[in-house]
Amino acid sequence: MESIGVLMMCPMNSYLENELEKRFNLLRFWTSPEKSVLLETHRNSIRAVVGNAFVGADAQLINDLPKLEIVSSFSVGLDKIDLGVCKDKGIHVTNTPDVLTEDVADLAIGLILALLRRLCECDRYVRSGKWKQGDFKLTTKFSGKSVGIIGLGRIGTAIAKRAEAFSCPINYYSRTVKPDVAYKYYPTVVDLAKNSDILVVACPLSDETRHIVNRQVMDALGPKGVLINIGRGPHVDEQELVKALTEGRLGGAALDVFEKEPHVPEELFGLENVVLLPHVGSGTVETRNAMADLVVGNLEAHFSGKSLLTPVV
Amino acid sequence: MTTTSFTQVLPRVLFVNRHAAMGVLGDSFVASTKFEILKAFESPLLLPEFLADQSHPVSAIIAPVAVPVTADLIRLLPNLRLVVTTSTGVDHVDLVECRRRGISVANAGSSYSEDVADTAVGLLIDVFRRISAANRFVKQRLWPLKGDYPLGSKLGRKRIGVVGLGSIGSMVATRLEAFGCQISYSSRNRKPSVPYHYYMDVQEMASNSDALVICCELNDKTFHLINRDVFAALGKQGVIVNVARGGIVDEDEMVRCLREGEIGGAGLDVFEDEPNVPKELFELDNVVLSPHCAYTSLEGLEQLGKVLVGNIEAFFSNKPLLTPVL
Repeated sequence: MESIGVLMMCPMNSYLENELEKRFNLLRFWTSPEKSVLLETHRNSIRAVVGNAFVGADAQLINDLPKLEIVSSFSVGLDKIDLGVCKDKGIHVTNTPDVLTEDVADLAIGLILALLRRLCECDRYVRSGKWKQGDFKLTTKFSGKSVGIIGLGRIGTAIAKRAEAFSCPINYYSRTVKPDVAYKYYPTVVDLAKNSDILVVACPLSDETRHIVNRQVMDALGPKGVLINIGRGPHVDEQELVKALTEGRLGGAALDVFEKEPHVPEELFGLENVVLLPHVGSGTVETRNAMADLVVGNLEAHFSGKSLLTPVV
Repeated sequence: MTTTSFTQVLPRVLFVNRHAAMGVLGDSFVASTKFEILKAFESPLLLPEFLADQSHPVSAIIAPVAVPVTADLIRLLPNLRLVVTTSTGVDHVDLVECRRRGISVANAGSSYSEDVADTAVGLLIDVFRRISAANRFVKQRLWPLKGDYPLGSKLGRKRIGVVGLGSIGSMVATRLEAFGCQISYSSRNRKPSVPYHYYMDVQEMASNSDALVICCELNDKTFHLINRDVFAALGKQGVIVNVARGGIVDEDEMVRCLREGEIGGAGLDVFEDEPNVPKELFELDNVVLSPHCAYTSLEGLEQLGKVLVGNIEAFFSNKPLLTPVL
């Protein structure tokens, strides 16, 4: 398989790079100063693309690679891949579901606790020596607060299960009601926000869910409500979010994702009711290795004529 | 028939220091028609002079951790009949002296056990997933410059050893079970009704754990319970979370282990000499520090106020204390 060209779109994991290099002719898109030259030179040997949450395979790239057979994403999110064009051309697409579900759900709860109990600010308080001058102020309890989840897929369900252990009543919004689920369904995101103390974004990003958390939703969540985003930056109207936070109309936010990563709105840096993370939802050694194994496994299966491990339906 | 109204002398309850909750809740924190609060902190006099100045004796005292109820303090309060602490821990109360003088003691019960358990879990996730460190990274504008942040460690399937399975320890355990952690515990006595593996010896538990969460009380047996041997058993990837009392951990040894990479990280809400924190810890990214505020949520303190009032009212109506210690 060493002659099969696999184009990796950006640095994402050195274990993955090593494993791909052992099996295929790995081409690193980001190291080429002239990307169009790279594509032109290798257009007949590139049969696979490996992308992630930052860079995938858009229509232009797919059209520049006539021998492309498979796009294997080092992520569960598919918003950076033009699925329509892939389908039209019969190009297979795989992602990394399940292996990262727990990590993302763990982080969502970790963010809720960090935000409500001000763990990051407490740590800063101690490190700055301020504790010697007086106690930290009161924070907000998490246990028992209502959690509203947008999207009750694998990740949303895992978040609900964890929040239940903190005696939190669970509400959710989904395109349709889930029949076997004991949580309270709300038909609109605004209703969900109105009836929840904590709103968590856990749905896939699509045209329908872009800016699903808009000004109306933020106002419904209110000055005592908090927003947790472990989905995709474009789920939230970021400009409105900044205004809602700086004007005190929203109680707080903990964000792992942003509209234009790694850029984060400047106004958020100084706010003590905001926790900001550099897109680390699946960022553990164990999970990234498992994701890498899935990417490699899917490519190996495809090129040996076997069934794909995690094809996107 | 005539009715005679009595000017009842209400029991006087001494409040030595201004509690954090009073700053937010005001006098409603501990308000009752059945007793009177005497606020020593509002007087410029030193406590002995303040007490000598009172016309009516003090029969109860509200004792936060910052106000140790020592034999000396008890001597200043000859009419003292009840001590009510604002903490679950009573290591700051001379129980021997209280017993000798027939003084009843009540604690905060599980008023804020949930809050402390929540913080313990929050600190554990923070250390394993580097939340505070990564938040600093972003807020210092380093993300566009330095690219990806170093990977953390998965919480699922980690073996967590809970030291002390009281109300806080049990709540920590049930929360962490939902994350797929494997729970074991060490306690004075085995608890037959719990599903977790029991260890009589903390060091043995440490050698079979990825993290220890300290939830036990501080007493003679638990002072420096977490020592060099336990840290060695916990190992280079091991994490310690302490939401109990600083004295349970040999702090100097812990600092040395952290600096030399002998253990993997720590989440600490309590220290041996608060508010002093070893400044060597400030250089470490795998440590999350908290100023003894695991219990201070607004809701937890409202609940604490109810328990304080409930205990005092019950005592002076000759009813059983809600959360008796002695």
